Amino acid sequence: MGGKMKKFFSILLTLFLPLSFTNVSKAAGHMEAEVIHWWTSGGEQAAISQFAEAWQEMGNTWIDTAITGGDNARGTTVNRIIGGNPPTAAQFNISKQFVDLVEQGLLQSLEEVASAEGWRDFIYPPELIETCEFEGEFYCVPVNIHSWQWMWINNDVYKQVGLPVPQTFEEFLAGAPTIQDAGIIPLALGGQGWQESGMFDVVASSIMGFPLMQSIYRDKDVDAFRDGRFESVLNTFRELNTFTDEGSPGRLWNDTTAMVIEGKAAMQVMGDWARGEFAVAGKEAMVDYSCVIPGKEKYVALGGDVFVFPKNDDPKVKDVQLAMASMMVNPTVQAKFNNAKGSLPMRLDVDTSAADACMQMGLDLIQNPDAIMRESDDWNTPAFTSAWDDIISEFRNDPNYTVAQVMDDLEGVLTSGL
Amino acid sequence: MPLSRNIASIIALLPMIIISLTVFVGCIIYSFIYSLTNSKLIPVTNFVGFDQYERLFKQRKWDVAVENIFIYGFVFTIGCLIIGFLLAVLIDQKIRGESLFRTIFLYPYAMSFVVTGLVWKWVLNPTFGLENSMHMWGFSWFELDWLVNRDLAIYAVCIAAVWQGAGFVMVLMLAGLRGIDEDIWKSLSIEGVAKWKSYLFVILPMLRPMVVTAIVLIAAGVVKVYDLILALTSGGPGYATTTPAMYVMENFFSRANLGQAFAASIIMFISVVCILAPWAFYEFYLRNKYAAN
Repeated sequence: MGGKMKKFFSILLTLFLPLSFTNVSKAAGHMEAEVIHWWTSGGEQAAISQFAEAWQEMGNTWIDTAITGGDNARGTTVNRIIGGNPPTAAQFNISKQFVDLVEQGLLQSLEEVASAEGWRDFIYPPELIETCEFEGEFYCVPVNIHSWQWMWINNDVYKQVGLPVPQTFEEFLAGAPTIQDAGIIPLALGGQGWQESGMFDVVASSIMGFPLMQSIYRDKDVDAFRDGRFESVLNTFRELNTFTDEGSPGRLWNDTTAMVIEGKAAMQVMGDWARGEFAVAGKEAMVDYSCVIPGKEKYVALGGDVFVFPKNDDPKVKDVQLAMASMMVNPTVQAKFNNAKGSLPMRLDVDTSAADACMQMGLDLIQNPDAIMRESDDWNTPAFTSAWDDIISEFRNDPNYTVAQVMDDLEGVLTSGL
Repeated sequence: MPLSRNIASIIALLPMIIISLTVFVGCIIYSFIYSLTNSKLIPVTNFVGFDQYERLFKQRKWDVAVENIFIYGFVFTIGCLIIGFLLAVLIDQKIRGESLFRTIFLYPYAMSFVVTGLVWKWVLNPTFGLENSMHMWGFSWFELDWLVNRDLAIYAVCIAAVWQGAGFVMVLMLAGLRGIDEDIWKSLSIEGVAKWKSYLFVILPMLRPMVVTAIVLIAAGVVKVYDLILALTSGGPGYATTTPAMYVMENFFSRANLGQAFAASIIMFISVVCILAPWAFYEFYLRNKYAAN
């Protein structure tokens, strides 16, 4: 065979090989699933591969479509659904992000497997069921719980200046000038919108408590919003921001966590995924660093991830999707996945013996239904939360943006019906 | 019979005309229709009139974005033209190692905006960039906090953009300068006109087509600026360096607010047409008409 002929055949082969494989696989009854997600960092990859391995152990094929950045991944998912080439499963957050997809009838109902396996009995906390249930049917699988409600504190810094580790934002602010005088940045904050608004919500909930947050974010109660407590949150937030450094704008969250790990900064407010950074750096919880849930009332915020399963023209895909949904809630898989991810599982009967001191704190707290806190995006569309967060971010960055103005602008968003 | 005379060229252009009409005009009409709906994550035909536009004009962020695009457009265009022209004039002095310098000055243009953005992000970062280096060398008075200063950040973006774009203008201008007839230079030197005066008042007007080309190319880059700012500041601090294009993209993807994104892009389209139409009309139609007469 001549060189040209060889080349021709090799091209032909590469073109048709994938095709032939898929045909064979479908005929053999083994299932193939493409999953879109945004878990690309080291710890996150370790977590998603727990799902992939469990899926492969069942004799199936896992096609991993990892896309950096939640926005990009969700954008891709939506585009592919509209374009008629949906993935088997796709990641979203515990939120209203995928509500439009359900309303337009673009997602596969999981009710068949959910009622057969009794999801409503073991999914905990029950708020997760609310997130996934539309008109009595399950449309998503919650896989983990991530809470924003944490202050990450370098213990050495506080030892060095002779202060106790703060338990509230008030205590932190009282000690901040001393830390600043010692040449250490009191508050490490990455100046990106999501980090700023994330920290704001932690400050807000720890100062005004969950019931008030609920009347503002869920009930859009303008009187509650105007009763003075929200203003004090804004004032505290502004005061906190005077203790950051000028390198803050645009800094990534993990670079910011590294400042606390290295002792360049004293404290960072960040979700529980920050724990992974401390672990990778070889630091021990409660010895080298403290994790503190700030405030007198302590909460676990109900953030986290879900998977949805877009409807497919091919009826066989439904079986694949139901099988995968069932796998994701399996207690053994849940234990492996959440231990790798550092998040809390979505059911209580999961082996969490590998949890460290910080994770244990979260696990203990979540057993108490009153300590479970919902976030704004559980009730509101991305359009609402992003308009709100823009104002918070501008408030942090523009010292001339007065509290009174911010209150007016936020009320505008609150009453906008977004 | 102009039509029959041009029939071959019209046939040749037909695919392009069809693509332009369906893709560009079609998409513009589509965007306009859906800008009148309250589409969120996916396009739906739930019409709400001009609500999206009303909301758009109430946004502080949109005001900032519009202001930024004007600052950026002005500084970037003028900066590129002046620096590009100066570089071209300097290189035109029959210097040694001309091709080396040409390569150096044009090199930034070969980089993607993302790379430019990242490089300048590190240079201008106050905690580990140029400012920090100067402090370590003992110049403690040195301050360069443009990138983190909300009033100056947009100018930091302009610096990075001019750094990248000036070389390209230089090449265009240099090509123009090389096309100037030797006799013009001879007569100018016989008249005893100072060199800077000859460049400014005689040669520059002769380079008009080059200047127009440069402006058109730069202006197209201004309206669509997105990746540079995303890499350099991500629109921050706060949203101090956001632009209309970023506003549109944000609402399309991360904010799942399609209606708002469509409305913003329609406004962008209308403003571009408003700015370019009279000028293009003059440049490409009236001038030719006068020239023909």
